[in-house]
Amino acid sequence: MNDQPIARILTKALVPLVLLFGLYVQVHGEASAGGGFQAGVILGAAVILYGLVFGLDAAKRAVPLGVLYPASGIGVLIYGGVGIASQMLGGDYLDYGVLAGDFVAGQKLGITLVEAGVGITVASVMIIVFLEFTGRRDPA
Amino acid sequence: MIGQLPALQVVVPLLAAPLCVVLRNGTLAWLLAVATSWAALAMAVVLTGQVLAGGPIAYAMGGWLPPWGIEYTIDSFNVLILLIISGSAAAILPFARHSVADEIAPEQHARFYSAFLLIMTGLLGMAATGDVFNLFVFIEISSIATYAAIALGRDRRALTAAFNYLVLGTVGATFYLIGVGLLYAVTGTLNTADLASRIAPLLESRTVIVGFAFISVGLMLKVALFPLHQWLPNAYTYAPSVITTFLAATATKVALYSLLRVAFAVFGAGYVLERLPTEAILLAIAGTAIVVASTTAIFQKDLKRLLAWSSLAQVATIVLGVGIGNAQGLAGALLHMFSHALTKGALFMAAAVFALRLGGTSLERLQGAGRRMPWTSAALVLAGLSLVGVPLTASFVSKWTIVLAALERGWWPVAGFILVTSLLTLAYVVRVVEALYFRPSAADAPAREAPLSMLWPLWLMVAGTFYFGLNSSIPMRLATQAAALLLGVAP
Amino acid sequence: MSLLGIVNYWVFVALMMLGFYALIARGHLVKKLVGLSVFQASVFLFYISLGKVDGGEPAILVDDPTTIYSNPLPHVLILTAIVVGVATLAVGLALAVRIREAYGTMEEDEITEMDRTA
Repeated sequence: MNDQPIARILTKALVPLVLLFGLYVQVHGEASAGGGFQAGVILGAAVILYGLVFGLDAAKRAVPLGVLYPASGIGVLIYGGVGIASQMLGGDYLDYGVLAGDFVAGQKLGITLVEAGVGITVASVMIIVFLEFTGRRDPA
Repeated sequence: MIGQLPALQVVVPLLAAPLCVVLRNGTLAWLLAVATSWAALAMAVVLTGQVLAGGPIAYAMGGWLPPWGIEYTIDSFNVLILLIISGSAAAILPFARHSVADEIAPEQHARFYSAFLLIMTGLLGMAATGDVFNLFVFIEISSIATYAAIALGRDRRALTAAFNYLVLGTVGATFYLIGVGLLYAVTGTLNTADLASRIAPLLESRTVIVGFAFISVGLMLKVALFPLHQWLPNAYTYAPSVITTFLAATATKVALYSLLRVAFAVFGAGYVLERLPTEAILLAIAGTAIVVASTTAIFQKDLKRLLAWSSLAQVATIVLGVGIGNAQGLAGALLHMFSHALTKGALFMAAAVFALRLGGTSLERLQGAGRRMPWTSAALVLAGLSLVGVPLTASFVSKWTIVLAALERGWWPVAGFILVTSLLTLAYVVRVVEALYFRPSAADAPAREAPLSMLWPLWLMVAGTFYFGLNSSIPMRLATQAAALLLGVAP
Repeated sequence: MSLLGIVNYWVFVALMMLGFYALIARGHLVKKLVGLSVFQASVFLFYISLGKVDGGEPAILVDDPTTIYSNPLPHVLILTAIVVGVATLAVGLALAVRIREAYGTMEEDEITEMDRTA
């Protein structure tokens, strides 16, 4: 898309803003509307927009598939790890209350960590789906 | 940590699955999967001991008490299902190595084991959860992983089989979701026990009846009960052999478990068996299914497809046991879930060995294999005997329990029907035996016995069918307790 | 309750039927998936309608104790179901792409015919 200066310039301006907004939604998940699902999709959308305008190769250089696949698994492991950690500390699975000194702080910490895991997995899966689909060439 | 087992039972395979993807190496992923399945089996055994000794166990996810939080309840019914799932996985995964190496591209191995573990997670979760929406989530976890795993089959028809299953399976799960929504609309709760108490005065409400209909049809699609079975034969035939083995041993039974659990634990035995014409419907459907599926199996030219049709008939036999509508019939049905998991697991394992050594499972290729691959063929014959329900095998015990249940109600024709349809089973087993032992081999036929790592799990399953045929006290005790629990009477 | 008061539920039923019809009647695999998605989306609408409370605010705790909140539980449930739907759709489309690569077509009739003659 080298002949589309408007799209290129706008995208360059937009991508950081979208990423920032994604992070905002991510870190506000434990106290207000937001969270890992939404943030993951927004973060993924930023990369997808980048890939649409600058091409698949540029997107793959920015976030290689070799990183995305492990990341999609690591997100789930973070989520599950928080659950196991709360079991180790004497609570039930995903019982955030035991994670920190008092109940409310534990809840906040637990939700933040779990949402981080969800965000990583959702973002990387969205990008993987985009890259793998568009990376295929029509055989016909 | 013992108190944490109900959660760990599901969480350990759930976390092992992404770890397989992170590890990337096929061999490491396989080792992890084997270790996970054995750990899961150990947990299921400990849980069984706890339930037999101390009755049902309740577990509140995240410390949120029911009915607000998600509750896991482990009782004698689902502990039997947990044993079936984790036991099958523990036998199949060590067996899987050679078959997977042969059928699946090396770079996909880690993801294959990840998908296998996700299927297992979903099935274990379906069994353990006491929350109807959580059940939907686990149905979809196991289903989506199943679609992906089926599509890894070598033949391109695996793709269309997976696609058809995806469409029908999603319709089934969405129907279930609609049913749950209708129940939520009238009760405002999703916890099984809480639903049961709140729904009792509302049972005549049209919303509840429609909800029950949606849930039943949706889950029956997953059970593949005739005439909702279209997705199954192709899916089992073209999926990778290991996946077929695992699905045949577990998937349809776990779906049936979910249906029975929701029907009996939420709506209640009185509603299901007396208010609605369930007995007549189930007997008619199951009877037709047994005849149609067994007859179709006789005419199949491929071993995997023949066994797939046979699975449809056997699942219908389980449903028939439920349809008899007394405690013994239900116990027989649950017992048949257990014995059929062992039997069909062994049969599909043998089919997987033939697929590996002979390059396919058509009966033509199997000709004369009885002399070239004696151990595998003998295992297939012995498991086939169990499928028919020959005395001393596990299937005999369970089928006999169902026959006795029919007699207890004075239903001679039903009892006779089960015995006569066993002859249909015999007919297709004999066709396989004929191909194996009484046909000459092709001149250039490959002749190597299976590797030892495949033979021991296969023979373990075969030994299991005979062990539980001779000594069925533990599954019998669980099944009887579970039937009493479902019908709401003291054992 | 007036007929218009339950308009959400009429829309749910209409969308459900439309999606289900497309799923059954269309031979093209992608159109089937579109039907499937509409079918699933109708159920999302159903659940969200269930959670609506007359005059209810979004379920974020505010200081005023007289505030009426909408029921957040169906929203949370349906967030999960949407994720499940996205995953199903992604797997379905991936299968459709692979089928097209293997068969050269996405029409169900042609695929069935090729399998029969194969």
